[in-house]
Order: sequence, then C-alpha cells, then structure tokens
Amino acid sequence: MNEERLRVLSALRMRIAIALTLTMIVIYFGFILLIAFNPALMGSLVVPGLSVGILLGALVIVVSWLLTWGYVRWANDYYDRELAELSK
Amino acid sequence: MSAALSAALLQVAAGGENAARTTSIGEPNAVAMGFFFAFISVTLGITYWAARKTRTTEDFYAAGRSISAGQNGFALAGDYMSAASFLGIAGLVSTTGFDGLIYSTGWLVGWPVVLFLIAEPLRNLGKYTFADVVAARMRQTPVRIAAAIGTLATVIFYLIAQMVGAGGLIKLMFGLSYETAIVVVGIAMIAYVLFGGMIATTWVQIVKAFLLLGGATILAALVLSKFSWSPLALFSAAAERYGATVLAPGKLVANPWDAVSLGMALMFGTAGLPHILMRFYTVPDAQAARKSVFYATGLIGFFYLMTFILGFGAMVLVTPEAIVAVDKGGNMAAPLLAEVLGGTPFLGFIAAVAFATILAVVAGLTLSGAAALSHDLWVSVARKGEATPIEQLRVARIATVVLGVIAVMLGITFKGQNVAYMVSLAFAIAASANFPALLLSIFWRGCTTMGVVSSMLVGALATVLLIYLSPTIQVDILQHESAWFPLKNPALVSIPLSFAVGIVVSLVSRDPEARAKFAEVARRVHLGGRG
Repeated sequence: MNEERLRVLSALRMRIAIALTLTMIVIYFGFILLIAFNPALMGSLVVPGLSVGILLGALVIVVSWLLTWGYVRWANDYYDRELAELSK
Repeated sequence: MSAALSAALLQVAAGGENAARTTSIGEPNAVAMGFFFAFISVTLGITYWAARKTRTTEDFYAAGRSISAGQNGFALAGDYMSAASFLGIAGLVSTTGFDGLIYSTGWLVGWPVVLFLIAEPLRNLGKYTFADVVAARMRQTPVRIAAAIGTLATVIFYLIAQMVGAGGLIKLMFGLSYETAIVVVGIAMIAYVLFGGMIATTWVQIVKAFLLLGGATILAALVLSKFSWSPLALFSAAAERYGATVLAPGKLVANPWDAVSLGMALMFGTAGLPHILMRFYTVPDAQAARKSVFYATGLIGFFYLMTFILGFGAMVLVTPEAIVAVDKGGNMAAPLLAEVLGGTPFLGFIAAVAFATILAVVAGLTLSGAAALSHDLWVSVARKGEATPIEQLRVARIATVVLGVIAVMLGITFKGQNVAYMVSLAFAIAASANFPALLLSIFWRGCTTMGVVSSMLVGALATVLLIYLSPTIQVDILQHESAWFPLKNPALVSIPLSFAVGIVVSLVSRDPEARAKFAEVARRVHLGGRG
C-alpha cells in the first residue's frame, strides 16, 4: 500500500468536494438572496411568460444535477482507478 | 391500468374547456379504491417474497447490500419525494405562484451536498445507521444515545407530518374516516417493515417512485397539451389571468432572513435525514452509493421541474378559488387538476398515487427509527454489542411494531394540526443535530466524543426550542401577540450553533483514542473494508 499516494488522493478528493459544495452553496444562496433582496429583478420578464426568477429556479435544478454528473464522472474515471491501483 | 388511462384520455379529449367545476373529491371513488387495492396487493406480495429472503440483520437493515445503484437511485427518490413534495408544492404554486418554486429548488439542492460530502464515507465507515459513522472512533455509549435522540426526533416529527397528511388526504379522497385512514396506513407500513425489512421497503419505494413519476408526467403532459406544448404559453396564461406578480417573489418571503433560514434547513437537512442516509448501506460499495445519488438527483430534479407545470397548470385550469374551496391549504390542487383533465378515473389514479407516496415514505421512516432503537440503543448501548444475530433481529422487529403504534397514536393525536411546520422541524433537526456531527467526525482529526455529543444534543434541543419560540407556534397556534424568536425556521441560528458547540467543546476536551484512530478512519473513508 502506497500511503503517500493515498494521502495525496485523499487531499485531492477533499479539495474537489469542498469546491463543489461551495459552488452549490453560492448558486443556491445566490438565488435565495436575489429572491429575498431583489424581488423586482426576479419578477422582470426575459420573454413573455418567463420571469428571471422562474428561469433561474429551473437553472438551479439543472446545474445541481450537472454538478453531480461532473463529480461522478471524475470519481468513476480517476478516483476509482487510483484507489484500485493503490490497494493492489 | 391502461384501460382506465385510455378512458381518462378520451374524457380529456371530450371534456375541453367546460370541464366541470364541481368535484367528486370527498366521495368514495371506485377507481381510486381499485388502484389503491392493486398497490396494496402488489406491495404485500413483494413483502411476502422479501420476508423469505430476510434472514439476517444485514438483510433486515441493509437488504443484504444487494441493491444496485440504479435501483437505489429510484428508491432514494421514492423515500424522498413525500406527499409534501407532490401535493404541497403543486398547492403552493397554484395559489401563490412563484413562491412555491422556492421549495422545488430547495428540496433538490441538498442532494449534491449528500454526494460530495456524505454518501461515500458513510458507506465505507458504517454498517446500518449514521451513528455507526459518528461512533467509528468515539466512545460508543454517549455517541449512540445522542445520535438516537437526533434520529428519533427527526423521524417522529416527519412521521407525524406524513400521518396527519395521510389521514386528511384519504378522508378527502376516499370518504373514509380520519382515524380509519391512519390505522390502515399504520397496518400496511408495519407489515412491510416487520416482515420484509429493508428488501420490502426498498421495492415499495421503487414501485412508488415509478407511479409518482409516471402519474406526474402524464398530468404534466395533459396540461401542456392544452398550451400547444409550451410551458411559456402556460406561464403567460397564468400571468394574463392573475397578474404578472404570480411569476415574481411574493409575500411568502416577506422577511428575507426567513427565506435564507428555510433554504439552509432544506439544503443541509437532506444530508442528515436518517432514512435517506440508511439507504447507502443497501448497495454493495461506495461506487454504487455515489452513482445512486446521481440517478436520484436526476429523477428528483425532473420531478421538481414538473411541479412548475403542475402548479401553474392547476392555477389556470382549476383556479385558486376552486382549490382553496376544497382544502384551505391548497393540498388538493394536483388531484383537482387530474379531475379537470381526466375526469373521475384519473382523479382516482392520482389519489391512489398520493396515498402510495405517503405509505412508502412512512415505511422508510419507520425502518430507520427502528434501526436507531434496536441497533444503536439496544445492541450498542444496553448490550454493549454482545447481542446474538437472532436477538438483534427480534429487537428490530419489536422496535418496528412499537414505532408503528406510536406513529398511529401521534397521527390521531395531532389530527387537524398544521403539518407544514413539522416537516420544516424535521429538516431543521436533521440539519442541526445530525449533519454537523457527521461532517465533524468524518473530516476533523481534532473532533472528540464530548464535541460531537454536545453538537448533536445542542443542535436537537436548540431547534426544538427555537421552533417553540417561533411565530409559527407562538402567534399562529398559541395566539400570542408576538414571538420571542423572529424566524419561522431556526436553521439560520441552529446549524451554526451546532457547528460552533461541536468545535469549541472538541477544543477544550481531550479524547486521545479518537485522535489516535483518526488515521485509520481517514483510510477507511476511501478504502472501506479493503483498507
């Protein structure tokens, strides 16, 4: 078992996890703070029928899912392969 | 099912604009009964099959770790999408417009957090409950007791909300009495969990997730078919009839800090819900746990995007006046929409789907509560880990019956109460009592037994206390002039408080054993059993 390599991998996963979590927090609380402090902007229309608020709300959902996709891709491709090599 | 559905579709074609404003909600509905009994028969059949496969505690709590990532994705979605999601959001959007969508987004954004921080370490460190993870390098007894308090508090408030919701819903839809409805739900959920354990509970979730996603998709498609398949045409119609304000934030977020606090409870509560966390033990390894969150996030996100269509569809096609006339809380918006679009048969189908939704969620909750009582309190604390497998299984089953009976009694006791604050209470406790302790114990070397225990206890107590002092209880329920605590949801205060207490107490207390074991735990976070 290569302890040093595991430590490096562990630190990398931690950095990615923290960065993605912070991204999620910024996106969602950005959305919430806009609702709370700038409702007029959220109510303005992009095109008839579509307000900024509804567009951003749908985007929050889609982007959340894309973030999980990005993480799973990285973990399946890189993290798992490193772990498999480590535990040989 | 297909005959009833095509009948429903035919009626939509014939019904058109003058679909009746009178509703058959509240009258016994033969189609609803038929679908409901079909669901009960299928799920009890699954339970019978599962009971024959449930021999060990690993089968009972974790389905023998044999659930695939895809199956667990559906099961997670089934466990998570409660009646509050389906009926509650549709109701809120149809009566308030945009404000309801704050919940649609809030209930999804917790899932990436679960994936990035919790799912894989949990699978690699624990066995049956989240307390296994917190206790991995700490002294067992105090951690298990505190974690069981956090789990049971979350589960019980969640159960009350679901039970009271179920009773009211079934009364409205099937014409059964409230008490009968609660007892029927109680018996079915005890049967699933008692005999079929996690295997039956998982498959009940999967069947329910298919029904709920299928029912909501058909309903959304029927709505869009009336607006030339354009969501924007639907939103425009809503804005035309009720003013552009329905597309903008309204009075639900009159106090900005309330919105932020609610957002925190929703986002971090998901990562502390015991029945969700328990599902990660049902898959073979951490990789499957990871993939299952990805599938679940996709399914749940798709569902919440559809709530946009269902809510505004109900606003335009049913009208808020008609929705509030049937139920003040607006909870009947989705069933009423189904009736307008597909007549009584489709109403019956959607009613049965809503019932199945509640039944599946309470089964998952009961199983996680029973695991806290038997695995954490009885086996780990009372018997110091020395119980035989047969005794463990027996205690788990006794705990299931006890919790089921308690849930039925609480459901009857809290009849007629406003249940919304109980769901927010469950999320706030999960976010304040369970989530900080999990995070600190997995990732922080300096975390001590005293630290996590005080974080869990202070998190749970502060949440309950602040909810009691909040305007929801003091002004709305106790009819006092004002409330001591200004926010409706305590998460803004209770989550940072729980973290702060955990950190400060860890810094001033000593736990050489927890520190010494950190290196091993840090390895197991990645390697699980392999390390």
